[in-house]
Amino acid sequence: MRRFTWFNATSLTLGFVFLYLPMVILVIYSFNASKLVTVWAGFSTKWYGTLFQNEAFLDAAWVTIKVAVVSSTFAAVLGTMAAYVLVRGGRFMGRTLFSGMIYAPLVMPEVITGLSLLLLFIGIGFDRGMMTIILAHTTFSMCYVSVVVSSRLVSFDRSLEEAALDLGCSPFEAFRLVTLPVIAPAVISGWLLAFTLSLDDLVIASFTSGPSATTLPIKIYSAVRLGVSPEINALSTMMISIVTVGVISASLISKRAAVRQQREERAAERIDD
Amino acid sequence: MAETAFAPWNDESATPLIQFKNVTKRYGDFVAIDNLTQDIYAEEFFALLGPSGCGKTTMMRMLGGFETVTEGQILIAGQDMNNVPPNKRAVNMMFQSYALFPHLTISENIAFGLKREGKPKPEIDARVDEMLRLTRLEKFAKRKPHQISGGQRQRVALARSLAKAPKLLLLDEPLGALDKKLRQDTQFELMDIQEKTGTTFVIVTHDQEEAMTVASRVAVMDEGQIIQVATPADIYERPNSVYVADFIGDVNIINGHATRAGDGYDVTYAEGTAPLHAKTSNDLGNSAKCALAIRPEKVSITAQKPSKAANTVKGKIIDIAYLGNLSTYHVELANGQMMKAQAANTRRLERRAFTWEDSVWLSWTDTAAIVLEA
Repeated sequence: MRRFTWFNATSLTLGFVFLYLPMVILVIYSFNASKLVTVWAGFSTKWYGTLFQNEAFLDAAWVTIKVAVVSSTFAAVLGTMAAYVLVRGGRFMGRTLFSGMIYAPLVMPEVITGLSLLLLFIGIGFDRGMMTIILAHTTFSMCYVSVVVSSRLVSFDRSLEEAALDLGCSPFEAFRLVTLPVIAPAVISGWLLAFTLSLDDLVIASFTSGPSATTLPIKIYSAVRLGVSPEINALSTMMISIVTVGVISASLISKRAAVRQQREERAAERIDD
Repeated sequence: MAETAFAPWNDESATPLIQFKNVTKRYGDFVAIDNLTQDIYAEEFFALLGPSGCGKTTMMRMLGGFETVTEGQILIAGQDMNNVPPNKRAVNMMFQSYALFPHLTISENIAFGLKREGKPKPEIDARVDEMLRLTRLEKFAKRKPHQISGGQRQRVALARSLAKAPKLLLLDEPLGALDKKLRQDTQFELMDIQEKTGTTFVIVTHDQEEAMTVASRVAVMDEGQIIQVATPADIYERPNSVYVADFIGDVNIINGHATRAGDGYDVTYAEGTAPLHAKTSNDLGNSAKCALAIRPEKVSITAQKPSKAANTVKGKIIDIAYLGNLSTYHVELANGQMMKAQAANTRRLERRAFTWEDSVWLSWTDTAAIVLEA
C-alpha cells in the first residue's frame, strides 16, 4: 500500500531535514562573499579560488589520498587473506580465537587503537610520518575488509574451487583463476570501505601522524579550532560533491548491471531447449 | 536371456579400471563407507544408487580425490590413489551444481582444463570446438553461464569435464536440477556421449529410473555398504534382498515360511490358505522364514478364479490408483495382507471391469515371485 498520508510526509521530511540540513547550510555558506561565516553577504566563488592557492591544504589533501590508496590496498590484500583462511581453512588450532580477534578492532574504541599504535611506534623507535599513518590505517581497516569478504566467501559455491582443482589447478591457481575473480566485487567494495574509512579518520591519524605528514581531517580540525573560515566550507563542499558523485555513479553502475543480468537470464529461460 | 556383448564383470581375465579394496571412510564416529570392495571396469556406465546418506556421494568424492580414505585402498588403472590430489588424477567430475565459472564464457569454461595442461592454442581451440559440437552448444560459445538455460548449463558442465578426455568421468546427480521431460532426453544424450567417447562413467543418483535407464550396472547402497551390484534387469528381476526389491520399483512382500518343494519352495503365509509356490535357485535350506517378492505388474487380476495359474489368492479391492495408462489395484487378502496388482487400462475408464469392494482373484506364475531371506 503506497498511499500519501500526512504521517508519512512528516516523517520523511523530518528524516531528511535531520540528515541533510547541516550539509545544506555548509554548502550555502561556502558561496558566501563575506569572510564572516555567519553573515550572508551575497554569492561568490572566491573561497574556492583561495583554497586552490592554499598549499597547506593541498599538501594535506595529497597526503590523505596517498595514505588512503596505499593503506586500503594493503588492507584489501591482508583482509582477503585472513577471510579466506577463516572461511576455508577448515578447523585448526585457535581458529575461534583468531576469528574473534580479527573482529575485535571493529568494536575497539579508536582512541585505544590509536594510543596503542602510538606506543608501539615509540617503543620500536619508528619515526612518525606518512608510513606510520598507512600502517595504522591498514591495521584498523583490514578487519572491515575481512568482514565483507568473508560474508561473500560463505555464500560462495565451494564446488567452483573443487572444479578448478579437478580440472588440473594447484590450490593457488584455483584461488587466482576462480575464487579471486568471483569474489572480486566483495574485495573491491572492501577496498572502497577501507578507502573511505582512511579518508575521514581523525582520531587514529592524529595519534600516529608526525610533523612531516598531516592528513586533511587533522588539518581541518586544527583550522576550525582557530575559527571556521569560508575556505573550509568550500573544501568540505568539494568533498561532499566528490562523495555524492562517487556514490551515485557506483549505484547506477551496479543497478544497470543487475538489470542487464536479469534481462539476459529471462532471455536464457525462453530459449530453453 | 543372452547376455549383451558388453559384460567385462563376467570375464575372469578382464582387469578392472577402478578397484575399491576394503575401503572404509569415517567422519569421527560416523562410518560413511564400511569396508567396501568393488571393481569397476573400463567403458562401464556404473550407477551408485541409494537414499541420501547411504555413502554414494562419499564414494564418488573419494574417487575424485576430494575425500581421503580412512582405511583401505582405491586403485585406478592399477595405481594407488591414496595420496594423489585431485589435480593430479586422470579423473574429471561433473558437479551437481555444475560449478561453471561465472566469470568465463562457455568456451573459456570448456578450455579451462586444457589450458592448465599447457597445450598449444590451436589444439585447445580444436578440442573446444569438438566438445561444443558434441554437446550441441556451438551457438552459445561466447555466452556467459548465466545467459543460458539450465539444460544448456548441464551440457556445458558435461563438455567441460569431458574436454580433457579423462579415463574416468564422475557424475554427481547430473540431472537433478532438470525437469522431468528434459531429464529423460538428457539421459539418452548421456548414454550416447558415453558410447561415442568410450569414457568410463560413474554416476551418483537417488533416482532409480535414471540409474536403470543409463547404467550398464547398478550398485544399490545402504548405510555405507553395497547391497547388490547387477545389470538393471537383474536388479529388478532378481533382487538379492528385501531391501533391494523394495528400493527398486514397486513390490509386494509376503512374509512366510519356506519349505523345499520340487525345483523351488512352497511358502506358507497364513493359516487355511494353500502355500504359494516359487521356482528359484536360491538356497534357503529346507525350512526357513522367508519373504516372497512379487512385482505388481506380474500379478493378474480376474473376477473368476483362473484355472491354470500356479498361485491364486482371493481378495477384495480396497483402493484403485488410476495412472492413465495403468491402474494399480490395492487388494486386501483374507488374512489382512495387502497386495498390489497392476493392469493396463486397455478399455475406457467408465468400462473398467472392477471397482471398489469387488471380490477378485489375484494370480501369478511360479516364476514371477522371488524367494528372499526374511
